[in-house]
Amino acid sequence: MSANQTVTLKVENVHKTYGKEEVLKGISFEVKKGETKVIIGPSGTGKSTLLRCVNRLTIPDSGRIWLDGVEITHPRTNINKVRQSIGMVFQDFNLFSHLSALDNVRIGLIKVKKIEKREATEEAMRHLVRVGLEDKAASYPAELSGGQQQRVSIARALAMGPKLMPFDEPTSALDPELIGEVLEVMRNLAESGMTMVVVSHEMGFARSVSNEIIFIENGVIVEEGPPQVLFGNPEHQRTKEFLCKISELYGKSEGK
Amino acid sequence: MANNGELEIHSGKRRRSIEKLVLIWNSLPFLLKGTVVTLELTFLLLALGLVVGILLALGQVYGGRGVGILSSTYERFFRSIPALVLLFLFFFGSSFLGLNISAFLSAVLALGFRSSAYQSKIFRGAIQSIRQGQMMAARSVGMSKFQAIRHIILPQALRLSLPPWSNEYSSVIKDTSLAYAVGVIELVREGRYIIVRTFEPMIIYVTIAFIYFILTYAGNKSLGHLEEKLKIPGFETRGGKE
Repeated sequence: MSANQTVTLKVENVHKTYGKEEVLKGISFEVKKGETKVIIGPSGTGKSTLLRCVNRLTIPDSGRIWLDGVEITHPRTNINKVRQSIGMVFQDFNLFSHLSALDNVRIGLIKVKKIEKREATEEAMRHLVRVGLEDKAASYPAELSGGQQQRVSIARALAMGPKLMPFDEPTSALDPELIGEVLEVMRNLAESGMTMVVVSHEMGFARSVSNEIIFIENGVIVEEGPPQVLFGNPEHQRTKEFLCKISELYGKSEGK
Repeated sequence: MANNGELEIHSGKRRRSIEKLVLIWNSLPFLLKGTVVTLELTFLLLALGLVVGILLALGQVYGGRGVGILSSTYERFFRSIPALVLLFLFFFGSSFLGLNISAFLSAVLALGFRSSAYQSKIFRGAIQSIRQGQMMAARSVGMSKFQAIRHIILPQALRLSLPPWSNEYSSVIKDTSLAYAVGVIELVREGRYIIVRTFEPMIIYVTIAFIYFILTYAGNKSLGHLEEKLKIPGFETRGGKE
């Protein structure tokens, strides 16, 4: 990794408290352009909250976040503008249920980017092809499997031309046999140079695709480093325990 | 003799039922004129109720606390006063305030605002039943809150509102008969005029009842068709078909 690689996402000392519970206790990290970082950690440790802070669906109590040098957390930043370049992918897909797959992908282009309909349709179809679902363009979410829905939602995020794609446990709501197709799409994305932050427990994916793994527990980063280091020789006992437990549970789901 | 008498009674009965048919036939132009007014009333008050009802619902779901309190007060007011009393309040109230509005308009306003209170409940329930993730996803694509409501939330919520809304239609079309009381010449009042002349209340009221029945039935049928037409996989509101 060269030192002059540009930083796409910079998170600095982010805190968030819900009621009495401090969910994030000062998280800082950076994602360089083209990198894939995987965030792991026990449930309830603020991983999803952290991702939501990144596109300001949740506003952090303190700390600052930049995307490509633009401070997202600054109150005067036009957040609707910034969000167009953050292609968020959700755990339960959140496809617009009254729209076909094609409309899901192109509605942002038409209504937000104000692109002419024919052009938007072509662009949307390109992304459906990319996730292998061009033949499902006319199907409604209720007619698609979970894996297909998640791939459409990735196409929807991609269509906006994002600089960064946060994935919030993209495979946790899927049946085991559908996980592979989604990970495959994500793997291709990572290889094509997309900058990604992935909250996931798919250890196979983390091990083979990510540049770095971040282990979060109780609102702080316990350890971060390249997968070889974290899997091979982690600094903290806690990291080792967690990885062992997770690998037992999820490790084989991407065993191809 | 006996035979003759029977015949006479028989032909008398027949004559009377022919007279009744003629009376209905002659009354129809007047009753249909009244029906048009009834439909105008229904359409206008439903439209007013629809617009205000959606705004109220949006205010309650997405508005701040002030807007919430305001619209729930409005709702409570219009839901707890009898329609007839509301009509009188609007009719006499407007002239009391020096506003010169027609009986027709005061009926539209009174019944329309009343309907908006009921309709807002329908829309609010529908909006709140849309999963939160829909709004999150819309905002994540870069839509403003307004765009998200307009393009994502409302198209779904309005589909879900159709069945209860057709219920509101059925009840409102019959409520328009109350406008009779402030002098609007709608279906019932046209009927009254005929009754005063002919002293045949039963025939006329049965005819009027029949007209209301057709209007309600036809309206519900077409709303059902609309529902069928707007149907989307995953949004079926009537189970068991197909």
